[in-house]
Formats: sequence, C-alpha cells, structure tokens
Amino acid sequence: MNWHTYVNKTGKVPKWPYPVNYGKENIITSDVLIVGGGVAGCRAAIAARQRGVSVVVADRGFSKRSGSGGAGVDHWHGAVKNPCSKVTPKMYSEAAMETTDGYTNGLARYIIGSEGWDALQEVEEWGVQIRDLDDEFKGSIFRDDETKLMFAYDIENKHCLRIYGYNIKPVVDAKMRELGCEVYDRVCVTGLLTEDGRPGARVVGAVGVNDRTGEFYIFKAKAVVVSTGHTNRLFNFAPEMTESQSMTNLNQTSMGHVIGWRAGAELIMMEQSGPNVLSGMGYAPYSTGNDDNTYQGSRIVDKDGREVHYADAEGNLIYDEEGIFKSSEEGSFVIGHGIALDHGIMPKYKISGTDPDLWSKVQSGEYQMPFYTDFPGMSDTSRDIIFQLMLAHEGKCRVPIYENLTKWGFDPAQDMLQYPVSDYGKLPLNCSWCGTDKTPDNWRGGEGGFLTDWRLQTTLPGLFAAGCGPLPSQGCHGESQTAGRYSGRQAAVFAEAHDALEPSRAQIEREKARCYAPVSTEGGDIGWKELNYAVARLMQDYCGEYKTEHTLDMGIRRLKDLWDTEGQRMYAGNPHELVRAIESLSLIELGLAHLEASKARKSSCPILGFSRVDYPEVSDDWHCWVAVSQDEGGVKARKVPVDYYLQGEYSGDLEENYRKYAELEGK
Amino acid sequence: MYSLPSLAAPCKVLEFDKDKCVGCNACVNTCPCDVMIPNPEPGEEPIVLYAEECWFCGGCVEECPHKALTLVPPAKQRLSTIWVRKSTGKEYRMGMKDPLPPNTRKPSGRT
Repeated sequence: MNWHTYVNKTGKVPKWPYPVNYGKENIITSDVLIVGGGVAGCRAAIAARQRGVSVVVADRGFSKRSGSGGAGVDHWHGAVKNPCSKVTPKMYSEAAMETTDGYTNGLARYIIGSEGWDALQEVEEWGVQIRDLDDEFKGSIFRDDETKLMFAYDIENKHCLRIYGYNIKPVVDAKMRELGCEVYDRVCVTGLLTEDGRPGARVVGAVGVNDRTGEFYIFKAKAVVVSTGHTNRLFNFAPEMTESQSMTNLNQTSMGHVIGWRAGAELIMMEQSGPNVLSGMGYAPYSTGNDDNTYQGSRIVDKDGREVHYADAEGNLIYDEEGIFKSSEEGSFVIGHGIALDHGIMPKYKISGTDPDLWSKVQSGEYQMPFYTDFPGMSDTSRDIIFQLMLAHEGKCRVPIYENLTKWGFDPAQDMLQYPVSDYGKLPLNCSWCGTDKTPDNWRGGEGGFLTDWRLQTTLPGLFAAGCGPLPSQGCHGESQTAGRYSGRQAAVFAEAHDALEPSRAQIEREKARCYAPVSTEGGDIGWKELNYAVARLMQDYCGEYKTEHTLDMGIRRLKDLWDTEGQRMYAGNPHELVRAIESLSLIELGLAHLEASKARKSSCPILGFSRVDYPEVSDDWHCWVAVSQDEGGVKARKVPVDYYLQGEYSGDLEENYRKYAELEGK
Repeated sequence: MYSLPSLAAPCKVLEFDKDKCVGCNACVNTCPCDVMIPNPEPGEEPIVLYAEECWFCGGCVEECPHKALTLVPPAKQRLSTIWVRKSTGKEYRMGMKDPLPPNTRKPSGRT
C-alpha cells in the first residue's frame, strides 16, 4: 500500500523501521575494495577474488539488482573474439577511434575486444543462457547453426550477440557472494581516503553512509576499484516524471567521478555534452512501436498498412531483411548502439534507419500517421527473436514490458504496436521512446571519466576505474562487465604488491563532518530535491550550448554560492533522505568538474558536442583530451594526446601494450 | 479526515495481492532504491514510501516468493502503450477496461 493509504487507514505515521545510529563507525579492512556493485563492480570483485585476495564490495543499493545492468540485457557488445566474428579487437578499437576522430577510449575498447568473449563465456558457465539451445531460431539469418549463437546489428560480421540476459545480475551477484566477496549493501560511498589525506596521493580506502541506519563506514584497502554509474540528475531532475522512463536510477549520481575529483584524480572528456534524450515527457523504454536498437529490423507500417522501408547510412532504401543488418560499405561493419559511439558516427559503421524522406512523405500525404510496429507482418522467427527473446530479456523489459503487455492481452502474432504521434518532426522514426518534441531542449553531460593507463589505473595510485561511468567513452552492459573484470584483476595485482597504509584520521573526520551536516544543522530547510533542482538549473544555464569564459566563471561562482548558502541549510528527516542529500551536494562538485573542464578547452569541438561562443573555431591545437584535476592549490588542466595510450612510454601497437599490461599470467 | 500532502506522482507503483502477500519484505529488501519500508504490523504488506524513486526495474516483482506483486506503470505510460489487432482494427492499451484475455506464451529461453 502507499503511504497515504497507511496513514488514512491507521491514523498513524509509520516510524522509521531501522535502528538509526548517525556517525557510528564500522571499520572494514580488505585487500581490494569495490565501490559500486553494478555489473562492472561485481565482475571486478569476482576477478580480484579469483586472484586470491580478500574483497569487499560497497553498494549503494542491493547488489543483486542494483545498477543500470541490474535489470537485464538482451545483447552483448564487444565479444568480438567469439568463434563466428569477423571483427578483431584491433578493428573494434580502431573503428571507435576513427569514427570519433580519436575522442574515444581506444585502450578500454581494445581490452574489451580482447576479453569480451571470455567474460561472456564465464557468465554462460555461471547460468546465463547465451545460445539458442532449443533450436527455436534454427535456420534464421541471425543464427549460426553450429554454435547456436545469435547476432544483433550485423549478421555478416557477427560480433554483437543476442543473449537471454534478464537474470544476468542475480547470476553474477550469486557468483560474487559464493566466492566469498564481502558485500555491504545500502552503503553509499561518499569519499576516498588517500595516503596522509593528501590530494593526488595513493588511495588507501573510502568512507560511506548506510541509507537505512545512518551508520558510518570506514573501508581500508590496498587497492580500490571505482565502478559507479553515470548520473541523469546533473542537468535534469524530475523524478516524478522521469524515473519510469530512465535507464539509470536515482542512486546513480556519478559519485565515483566526484570522489575521484575530490581526491585529486585527473578526469577527461568532462566538457562533452549533448541534448538529453531521456528526459521530460518520455515513454517507458521499449514500450512503444519502434524500429531501433532492440527493435532493429521490425516491420513498420503506417495507419493504412503501407510499409515504411529501412534505409542504409547513405539513404538507399532497403527491401530485404538481411540488408537491414549490414554496413552500407563493403568490408566495414556496423558498430551498433549503446557504446558511446552514436554521436556523429561515420556512415560505414552506422546502423540502418528508416526512410530519410519519411517526413516529407507524411507531409505530401503518401504516408498517414500514426505508424505501427507490424509484428504480425513479420516471419515467426523474426518476430519471436524481437518479442520473445529481446523484449523479454533486455533491461527494464521482462516485467514492465513483456509481462505487462502480455497480461493485458498483447499478442505480437496478431497485434501491431503504435508509435507515439508526438515525434514526427524528428523523422526518421528510430528510437521512438527516447524523447519527444514536446520536451524543452536541455543538455546533459557526456561520457567523461577517469584518465587511466593500460591497467585501467587512474592517476591516483591504487585507484582503478571500471564500468561505463568511470571509464570515459565506454558503454553498455557487456563492455562494463568485461572492463570490470579486467580492473578487478589489476587491483588484485596491485594489492599483492603493496602494503596496507593506515588512512589519515583527519581526512576521515573531514569526510564525516561533511556527511552528517544535514542531520546536525539546526533549522535546515532545504531538502535534497530542492538542492538537486537548483544544481540542474545552474548546469542548464551555464554549461549548455552557449558558453563563454565569463559565463562559465559565473556558473562556477553560483555553484559555489549554492554550496555555501543553501547547501549549508540541508534538511534530512531520516538516513534515506540524508544519503540523497549527500548525493545532491555531490552533484555541485560534479558540476564544478564539468564547468572547469569546459573552461579549460579554448576551442569548440563538435565531436564532443562542445561549443564555446568565444572560441567558435575548431582548432587543431586542441585536438587532444583536456585533463582536469584539483589539489590544494586549485584546479589544474593539461592537454593529453587523444591517443596517449599509443605514445611515450607505450608502444604504438595496441596488442603489444595489451600483452604487456594485461596480467594474463595466472589469470 | 487527515491533513496530508498531495499524493506524489506516480501514485501507485505496486499492487499487492492481499490474498498472497504475507509481509515477508523480500520486495523491500530487493529494491535498490529503498522505495518501500516494512509495514509496522508484522505480516502486512509493505508501505511504498518513495514512489517517485521507483525506476520500474521489476526486481521486486521477480523476487517475490509468493507472486503477490504487480508493477503498475504510471497512467501516462498506460495511455502511451497502444496496440491494434490487425484482423479487427480495434485498439487496446495497458490498463484498459474489459481487457483481452492474457497472452500466456512464455518468453524464449530456459530461464
């Protein structure tokens, strides 16, 4: 029942159900600490534990279901070494580098390409189905009949696999616990501990707060993996409207970025931005007629049943199903959606879309609104692979989409699913549930994160990055699992080679005072939501499309003012609200990192969605990463070559670097 | 009558089947966002305290050992998931009056 029903029925306000002990210290020691128990964190924990070290995982939620990947997955990127694939790790990595003009995580992509298939085979061993074992799709164009593997996006190159992953998180979580990783659920890590409490020094642990009890956790570790999620709360905030349609939940606040920023780590790509596609009056993911991503290849018809054709990246209409799942260029491959490479992608790597002239054909009356996904008009196997497999296994699909639709009688063999009517100004149709014209334009931060070396170690010794939050320009479920597994291995190797260091008590006290201010300040009157709205307001105003040195400075001043004023008057009525308040305050720090990075780049950069009104030109001098960090002296920024991982101390060859640093011995 | 703040939107994210729910709180302890709290009355269904923090992952529904939970999409989404039966041209939606009988076909896969 909801809270109102309870109060109306009983005449009582329910007491907080958990014992509250604000500030009570729990000290936990391990070789490796994992911050964030999503798929990347769980895989990091497993890999570290398998190397023989002790592992503690601190998770903001409940690791069996937490994280973006906690709700399932239907296709796996990066398993390019699967036996059917014609794509190599080098091709995968270099395609990403080519299509982004170098603004991508080429080294993480190489690692993912090299180990993605291994990571997937392990989850198969643990109990996730990745093959058509019952020959349901035998003979279909998506399937290899020998291995029974099935493919998404590109049926010629076969590098992206369709899998039955709705239960993947419980399976990975169970494996992690079975191996003896110690999991602390409901603990939000709020700060890193560094050697002698100095910014930029070795990371020796972390602190956090439990969102049920308010107790304080001090984690001491030889190495730390940060594997937290990317936030959708920085530029936009409207949970009453947005949570049902979001692919990230409110727990994901880019806390990993913030704790790293505060500890002095270098971050890159923080100035990237782009229009938000999952905000405002959107639809539940996959809940409307569609032809993109999971629905790729679905038959589309208009109100009168007239078929809408797909087109390749050059705009040529496609008349056969096989043509939808191929690159428009002979010898190339389709990269596919969801791995942070969609923006400005080169045609030869681009997924097919709908007829580019559809809007003019609607205006001329050739097509009539609305459009439908014509499931009944598809072959049985093509329909079933989308509805029975992918829509039953993709994240946020099993219960909200598959079970809800079928419960209300939807039968894809007989029924056509309607596209929204509100998006026709943005034809071709594509991902219909992602956004609408009715939503005011707004902006979001990009996929920035930690600058890492080939070990995925950040610029802070002992701190490793994993997952599509902390690792810049990396994405999607399979990529996160694979990179997590690699980071965990590296953290274990680091822990084996280093002694434990005692954290600084002064730093612990500082972190503790900051955490509990919202419950120790008399007269606090700013709740976590009010503060979050204010942060989003400032970010939309000062870190949107129009930026100048002066307005960026204004944004920095106002965020600091918000921290010093309203931020010092926070109210939290219970531990749950306290942790939400800590998160909202951390968004101020995250916003500052975005603004400082934006200020440091004195040139516009379309591939990063980054525009400066005072530096409109795209200067070759700025074809580089801008690495920002802070220490006691303030904010520092430096240029780093986009392919730094192929220069200087590194070999110019991806494979040579991978072989040198991957710690494959004793794997 | 009590003086209460307006109902948060979405108003109701979960429907508990009173005949099946035993108040075991498996759902409370599954939810990564801590949307629910246990009912002070042992054996009674949990209280949804923070409905607007539910991101509709469905984990609670899957973990319920008694199959007592239904995830309820917000009205705006019940009204935007529309389908047409090709043979009759008739429109249907989630949450409709006089619904079609459920489609009981199971998802693909062994799990």
